[in-house]
Amino acid sequence: MDFTVGVLLGTFLLSIVALFIFIWSMSTGLFGDGTAAATEIFAPNELGQIEDPAATAAQKGGLQQAMGPLNLAQPIAQADEDSRNRADQSTSLVVGVCLTLAVVWLVLASFAGLISSIKLHAPDWWVQYEWLTFGRIRPIHLNLVAYGWCSLAGIGVAIWLIPRLLKTELVGAKYALVGGALWSIGVTAGSVAIGMGYSDGLEWLEYPWQIDILLVVAGALVGFPLWLTLLQRKVKHLYVSVWYIAAGLLWFPILFLIANVPGLHFGVQQATVNWWFGHNVLGLWFTPLALAASYYFIPKVLGKPIHSYNLSLLGFWSLAFFYSQVGGHHLIGGPVPSWLVTISIVQSMMMLIPVFAVAVNQHMTVLGNFRALIYSPTLRFIVLGAMMYTAASIQGSLEALRSVNTVTHFTHYTVAHAHLGLYGFFTMVMFGSIYFIMPRVMNWEWPFPRLISLHFWLVLVGFAIYFIGLSIGGWFQGLAMLDEKTPFMASVMLMAPYLKARSIGGSLMTLGHLVFATHFFAIGWKFGPKRLGAALLESPVLGRIAGKGAVA
Amino acid sequence: MSATKSFWEMDELRIVSGAMVILSAATALMVAVPYVLLKNIEPPAGLKPYTSVQLTGRQVYIANGCVYCHSQQPRDIKQAPDALRGWGRAPVAADYAYDTPHLLGTMRTGPDLFNIGARQPSKDWHLGHLYQPRAYTPGSIMPSYPFMFEVRKGQARPGETAITLPSALTKPGEVVIAKPEVLALVDYLIGLDHTYTPLPALAAPVKVKP
Repeated sequence: MDFTVGVLLGTFLLSIVALFIFIWSMSTGLFGDGTAAATEIFAPNELGQIEDPAATAAQKGGLQQAMGPLNLAQPIAQADEDSRNRADQSTSLVVGVCLTLAVVWLVLASFAGLISSIKLHAPDWWVQYEWLTFGRIRPIHLNLVAYGWCSLAGIGVAIWLIPRLLKTELVGAKYALVGGALWSIGVTAGSVAIGMGYSDGLEWLEYPWQIDILLVVAGALVGFPLWLTLLQRKVKHLYVSVWYIAAGLLWFPILFLIANVPGLHFGVQQATVNWWFGHNVLGLWFTPLALAASYYFIPKVLGKPIHSYNLSLLGFWSLAFFYSQVGGHHLIGGPVPSWLVTISIVQSMMMLIPVFAVAVNQHMTVLGNFRALIYSPTLRFIVLGAMMYTAASIQGSLEALRSVNTVTHFTHYTVAHAHLGLYGFFTMVMFGSIYFIMPRVMNWEWPFPRLISLHFWLVLVGFAIYFIGLSIGGWFQGLAMLDEKTPFMASVMLMAPYLKARSIGGSLMTLGHLVFATHFFAIGWKFGPKRLGAALLESPVLGRIAGKGAVA
Repeated sequence: MSATKSFWEMDELRIVSGAMVILSAATALMVAVPYVLLKNIEPPAGLKPYTSVQLTGRQVYIANGCVYCHSQQPRDIKQAPDALRGWGRAPVAADYAYDTPHLLGTMRTGPDLFNIGARQPSKDWHLGHLYQPRAYTPGSIMPSYPFMFEVRKGQARPGETAITLPSALTKPGEVVIAKPEVLALVDYLIGLDHTYTPLPALAAPVKVKP
C-alpha cells in the first residue's frame, strides 16, 4: 500500500515538475524557430494571401478583404506557383479516385444509418429481409461510415496534402491507388459479409479476418507515397500536419492487425482489446487525419500562420500518449481489471491537455477573422468541425467520469456523442477539405456554389436535431434505468419521440449528402456553367485581380 | 539539415520512433498485460460449457446483431439497480471463460441478457417473442424476425417445431414453424444462466501452512 501511494505521489510530482520545465522552455524559446516551421506551408511572399478554390470570385474578393489588402509589390514568384501546380497535379488521379469512392460510401452509409434509425421506432418495418434486420444494417452503417467514407476521405485528403506540405511532387501514387482499390474491395466484401450474417461479433471489428487482411495491406500501401515523398522533400521543417498524417498512417495498420488476429483473443481480454481498438481507431486514425487537414486548411485559407507552433508540438505528443490509453472507459462497471479502467479514466481527463492545445491553436488563428467564414465555403465547414472537436473531446472526457458514465453508459447519449466526434468533427472537416481540393483535382470550379450553402445548412440543421434530441433522450433513458422503481420498459418508451427526432435529423443529413454527392459528380464530369473555369485557379494574375478588386 | 537545428525539431525519425514507442506502451498496458493476467483464469464450477446447439445459437445471436441492443454484463448494485431488475449479480472475468467472441455489449435498448435463461426459461415464450415481440411486451421496439420462421397452411411435418402463439397472431389453418436457427438461438438464450456463485474458493476456509 505504501509502495502504491509512493508511486502515485512520485508520478504526480514528476508530472508537475515536467509541466513547469515545459512551460519554462516554451517561454524561453527552447523549442526553436517555431515561426519558420509554422510558415513552411506558404510560398515566399504568400503570407497575407487567401486561398480557397471553392469560393466564387466575389467570395474570394470578400475573403481577401476580410484578411487585409494584398501586398502587390512583392508577388509570389512564378516558379513557386508552377511548382505548387505540379504538386497538385501529381495527386489528382489518386485523390480523385479515393474521394469518389468515399462519396459513394457516404451516400450508402447514410441510407444504412437512416434505415437503422427508422427501425428503432418502426420495429415491424422491412423485417422480412435478413440483411435488413436492425442488428445487421446498423453495423453495416457503422462500417460503411468508418472504413468506407471516413477512412477513404481521410486517405484522399492526406495524400493530397503530402506534396503541398513537402513542396514536391507525389512519389509512388500507384501504391496508394492499389491501396485505395483494395480498401474499397474490403469495405464491399465486409458489408456483404455482415449482411449475410458472417460477422466477427465485435463492435468496430465486425469484418471477418480474411477481409481484414485486405484492409491491413491496403492501409500499409496508402502510406507508401508518404514515405517515398518524404525522401524527396524540399522543405526544411516538417509542418504539424505531416506529423499527424505520418503517425496516423503508421498506427492504423498495426491497430487493425493486432485487434483482428484470429484465435488470439479470448473472453474478457477480448473486450479490452475491442475497446483499445475502438477508441484508438478514433484517436490514432480519424482524429490525426482530420487535425492534419484543419491544421493545413485553416491557416492556408486565411493566409496566416497558425497561432503557436509550440502548442501544436504539445498537442501532438500529448494526444498520442493519452488518447492511446483511454479505451478502458468503455468498460466502466464491467468485469475487467479495475486498474485498467482507472488508467483509462485518468487518461481521458488528461486528454483535456491536447484538446486545449489544439483548440487554442486553431481557434486563436481564426479569432478576429470570423468574417472570413462568410466568404470561404472551406473554412465554414472546417471551423465548425474544429469547434465540434473541442466540444466532443470535452464531452468525452466528462463521460469517462464514473458518475457521468453511470448515467450515460448503455444509452443513446453515447450514440449521440459518437456522432458529435465522427460527424460533427471529422466529417465536417472532410467536407471542407473536399470543397477546397476538388477544384484543384479537376481543374474546374464547383459548378453550383449555392449547393455548397444548401449542403451546409441541411447537414448543420439535421445534425443539430439529431444530436440535441438524442443527447436529451439518452440522458433521460440513463436516469430511468438507474431508478429501481421505474420499470425497464419505461426507459424504452420514453425514447420514442427522441428516436423519431433522430430520424428527422438523419433524413436532413442524408438529403445534404445527396446534394453534396450530386455536386461532387457534377464537378467530376466538369458539368455546369463554365464561369471563370480553370483560369482563375491556374493564373496567379487573375487570382490577384479578384483580390485587388475587393481591396479597391 | 542545418547545424542550427533545434533539439525539438520534428524530423521523420522522431515522429516514427515516438509514435511507435507510444503505441507499444499503450498496447502493452491495454492488451498484453490483461492477456497475461487473464490467460489462466479457470471457469467457475457452476458454469457449464456451451453445447454444440447453443454454440450454433450463439452464432445466430452474433449474425443478427443482438449485441447492439442487449448487454451481457449487469452492473454492481453499488453502481446501478441491475440486480433489482432480476438481471443478476455483477459478473467476474471467469464468467466469460467460454465466451469468444465476447458479447458484453455497450447498449441497453433492450434489457441485459446475462441471466435471461434464469429469468425467462420458457422456450415457447422466447420463440413467440422472437416471432412478434409486441405480442408479449407491449411497447417493445425489438424487431420481429419473420425470416426465422415459416408460415404455411396445414400441419407441422415430423421433426418440425410448430410454435404456440397468441390467437391474434395466427390465421385459422395456418401453422408457424420455427426454423432450426431460431431453435438454436432460443437454446442459447435459455442457457444464459449465471446465477451460480462464481468464486467458491472464497467460501472455503483458507488453508494455512503448518
